[in-house]
Amino acid sequence: MSEDKKTILKIEDLHKSFGGNEVLKGVSLSLNKGENKVIIGPSGTGKSTLLNNINRLVPPDEGRIYLDGQEITAGNINKMRQEIGFVFQDFGLFNHLTALGNVRVGLLKVKKMNKKDANELAMKELRRVGLEENADQYPAELSGGQKQRVGIARALAMQPKLILFDEPTSALDPELIGEVLNVMKNLAQEGMTMLVVTHEMGFARTVSDEIIFMEHGHIVEQGPPKQLFNDPEVERTREFLFKLTELYGEGEE
Amino acid sequence: MSSLPNLLEGALVTIRLTFFSLLLGLVLGVPLAFGQTYGPKIIRKIIGVYEKVVRSIPLLVILFLIYYGLPRVGIKFPSFIAAVIGIGIRSSAYQSQIYKGAIQSISGSQMKAALSLGMSKLESFRSVILPQSIRIAIPPIANESAIVLKDTSLAYALGVIELLRQGGYIISTTYRPLPIYLTVAAVYLVMTLTINMTLGRFEKKLKIPGIGIEERVR
Ligand SMILES: Nc1ncnc2c1ncn2[C@@H]1O[C@H](COP(=O)(O)OP(=O)(O)O)[C@@H](O)[C@H]1O
Ligand SMILES: [Mg+2]
Repeated sequence: MSEDKKTILKIEDLHKSFGGNEVLKGVSLSLNKGENKVIIGPSGTGKSTLLNNINRLVPPDEGRIYLDGQEITAGNINKMRQEIGFVFQDFGLFNHLTALGNVRVGLLKVKKMNKKDANELAMKELRRVGLEENADQYPAELSGGQKQRVGIARALAMQPKLILFDEPTSALDPELIGEVLNVMKNLAQEGMTMLVVTHEMGFARTVSDEIIFMEHGHIVEQGPPKQLFNDPEVERTREFLFKLTELYGEGEE
Repeated sequence: MSSLPNLLEGALVTIRLTFFSLLLGLVLGVPLAFGQTYGPKIIRKIIGVYEKVVRSIPLLVILFLIYYGLPRVGIKFPSFIAAVIGIGIRSSAYQSQIYKGAIQSISGSQMKAALSLGMSKLESFRSVILPQSIRIAIPPIANESAIVLKDTSLAYALGVIELLRQGGYIISTTYRPLPIYLTVAAVYLVMTLTINMTLGRFEKKLKIPGIGIEERVR
């Protein structure tokens, strides 16, 4: 997986304030092609703001972001967004479109693909997340886990260089979390580059290449899961991981 | 019943009044809704005041202001136009509320999702917000249409020869107010039901699970 060490995402010294409230206080990280990094940290720490800064759904104040070597902190915003998938905690599915329609709409409206090609590609991505059978169903007719898998297929269909996940399973009933994590795990194994905010420790432990622990707008510590779980450099990391494991369990696997 | 052709002629004027008033309400109401949703604070305030003022004045007073008041400052309209302007302005205040509600009822995360796919703001609005808001707006617009239809009877006071005034003319020659007014009422009833049925059918045709009334009732 890591024979290709190309850097896909590089973030340098990112700052963001809302009013007087400094939420990101200089965050730097990078992600190689095919890598999977998990961001953990207490609520209100700036994890969502960080992800939203990357594709400028929320514009950063300071710092630089590079995608595949190109600076994206300025420049054509719509073109950059095509190359970065985003999976939302509350799915953000388009309620007036079927599952297929949701996956297809970006191909039609943004990539200007013809209907036949768009259909084919969209069906392929639905198959990839196991929802071929549900192609004609509307979001209101799907379970939470199915909705989120449509959300993932929609991101995949754009053939992004990177997918950002913002707590993709936090809005789900516990029994539906597994199906979404499985899809994400498969993606990771297929070599998709992913940056995932999650509290799912099982996923972080077994799937991620690195865990990034954020608190109060800083990265406290980052490293391979083994190191963070077994031998963290900072005491606070141990405390937080301990608390998470108590709250959410070890996760299966 | 020789009076029926005259009544139908009046009904036609009523329909025309209704149509143009609703159209003016739409043409004014949509930008007002946009201004109130996406505009800067000052614009939102101004529109809010406009709505409150327009909705607080009786329609008859608005009509008199336009038809009898404005000529004093050199602005003069024929009675039909004056009626359409008055009823249309009033409807714009209600329609803008409807559109605003319909736009704002689409969750912000859908807009974010559309943008994250690389859609422009305009494309996101056209492909995601608009198709859903239209569906949500249909029932209240049916309601507003029925209200406007009934309110056009106030154009009577400006001398527009619409349904009610035609009825009045017939009564002045036949001296039979009860059957004539009953007929007038029946014609209004038929027109209102037609509006509701047409828009109801339209709503059904566009129905998508999870969007519209069904969702709001639950
Ligand atoms: N649009 C916004 N306006 C003002 N404050 C915001 C906005 N978005 C986030 N914040 C604040 O920024 C802080 C970090 O939020 P967020 O990035 O959502 O944290 P996390 O995802 O780690 O829970 C919080 O204190 C939140 O209240
Ligand atoms: Mg968050």
